[in-house]
Amino acid sequence: MRRADRPAGGLPWYGYAALCLLTAATLCLCVSLGSVAVPFGDTAAAIWKAVWGLELPQGMSRTIILNVRLPRVLATALCGASLALCGAAMQGLLRNPLADGSTLGVSAGASLGAVTALLLEISFPGLPFAGTMITAMLFALGSLILILSLSYAADRGMSTQTIILMGVVLSMFVTSIISLLTAFSGDKLRSITFWTMGSLSGAGYTETLVLLGALAVFGGVLLSRADELNAFSLGEDAARHMGVAVRPVKLTVLVCVAALIGVCVSVGGSIGFVGLIVPHAARLFTGANHRRVLPLSLFMGAVFLMLADLLARTVVSPIELPIGVVTSLVGAVAFVVIFFRRRRPC
Amino acid sequence: MLEAKRLTVAYEGGDAVRDVSFSAEAGEWLMLIGPNGAGKSTLLAALAQCAPYQGTVLLDARDARRWRPRAFARAVGVLAQTHAAGYAFTVEELVSMGRYAHTHGFFRSQDPNGREAVRRALDMAGLWELRLRNMRTLSGGELQRAYLAQALAQEPRVLLLDEPANHLDLVYQKQLFELIGRWMRDGDRCVISVVHDLSLALRYGTRVLLLDRGCLTADGPARDTLASDALRRAYGMDVADWMAQTAERWREVAGGKSHGSGQGSRAC
Repeated sequence: MRRADRPAGGLPWYGYAALCLLTAATLCLCVSLGSVAVPFGDTAAAIWKAVWGLELPQGMSRTIILNVRLPRVLATALCGASLALCGAAMQGLLRNPLADGSTLGVSAGASLGAVTALLLEISFPGLPFAGTMITAMLFALGSLILILSLSYAADRGMSTQTIILMGVVLSMFVTSIISLLTAFSGDKLRSITFWTMGSLSGAGYTETLVLLGALAVFGGVLLSRADELNAFSLGEDAARHMGVAVRPVKLTVLVCVAALIGVCVSVGGSIGFVGLIVPHAARLFTGANHRRVLPLSLFMGAVFLMLADLLARTVVSPIELPIGVVTSLVGAVAFVVIFFRRRRPC
Repeated sequence: MLEAKRLTVAYEGGDAVRDVSFSAEAGEWLMLIGPNGAGKSTLLAALAQCAPYQGTVLLDARDARRWRPRAFARAVGVLAQTHAAGYAFTVEELVSMGRYAHTHGFFRSQDPNGREAVRRALDMAGLWELRLRNMRTLSGGELQRAYLAQALAQEPRVLLLDEPANHLDLVYQKQLFELIGRWMRDGDRCVISVVHDLSLALRYGTRVLLLDRGCLTADGPARDTLASDALRRAYGMDVADWMAQTAERWREVAGGKSHGSGQGSRAC
């Protein structure tokens, strides 16, 4: 069978090439800048050699680039890509431009898991580094099961409105439990507070690999559901008329979003606004078609969060701001600008 | 082609559709008529597998519940009464979505006849020139034609239309109904549509089905159903007489126009 002869399809190859270049350039920039600046060219060369397994000169630059900054920036990029992709998918699925990963309540569930792990110092045999991560993912999955069960009990058709309502209610409930736990956290208050505002300072190659695996699996599934998300954007009945198996597709998207959000929250804490703002910005460039919105959100999310992280660790150096604070500050302003641009008459 | 057997749709507080049976064959345009709340749209939703029902819907003599969603969509297209798009797609993107049921592959990127089918649907609906326009900038009539083009791009054999002339002025109504008529005559196809305007049912329907409080009370050629006592009972008035009086007035208007008085008209 001959290949795609589809009208109104995805991004052209040169679009992907430009996005890859932009992401790589931003990555090199973010690795090169910091309390100790390394020239951009040296950084790019070091990363290039490391990728191809070539000999690298020993020294402080090598340690800073490969052992300290690169894993953190890579984890940040993957987190940003995942959160933005989840936001774009949720906005399409729920036909609601204010939806993102946190709408489901999964983000709050993962946060509760991580806070519980920090408080109780939970660790798993053989995986001592991954106590917070695994607990957060388990709680994220538990939240999703709870939301879907409650939605099904309230409405057998599991309409998107019911799911949104349950997600919002559960989010508020879980957030109040987190506040309660934080109030009784004693000497762990600072680490919990810092974590709930988002931080990727501790991210290493292990976290990067987990994020990459999650993005490859769950993100791949989300990217493959672009046509279904287009159909959902016209309403559930319209999607059904087009031949979309509404309930299985909805469940697939929700599970993938929950898994990705769970992994991201477990690594970087609560990072707001990425899933909300980036898909809106992507639509300004490409229009509403999810065949373009999803991949563009993925790349733009990576670039946005890398730059936000760069700001967080350099703007009042040596003090490091929580990344969630930076994304919320920048995101809120950007959201208002985009909102007014879209409302401006032709 | 499409057959309903003892179809009942239950809602809270009673049955919206009660024990309805009929069949639609190729070359037929069935008009579902009835007063508000008679169950017309609910019956159409059940035929489209969008509302739970008791009884059986047969598509090509096979239970519609056993059809996979994509295979069903390749056979049955639906034009809804209202539309609620969350985002502003272009006309071409909107129409292309009708190809979903024909696509293959993990990323659904394979559809050998896709471009040609979309072009044909855009041409047929007279939207080729508007294909790059944002759907939010279209008039009500253009938007309805765009959604119809989406259903046509699906290349179905059965078209279900829920009040397609809703909110359309006379010109758009005529365009839309003639377009659907041309499409139907172009192959082994049938149309089932809900209409409120009985003139449209008389003019374009090959068969008219009357629903009254969920029950099918008349089913036959347009002239027979529209002259039946069941119609008078359903609407609580002599519909045919009222329509005839209106037609008489129109004849007078047309006569006045031919005398060329032209009073009361102004150039824009």
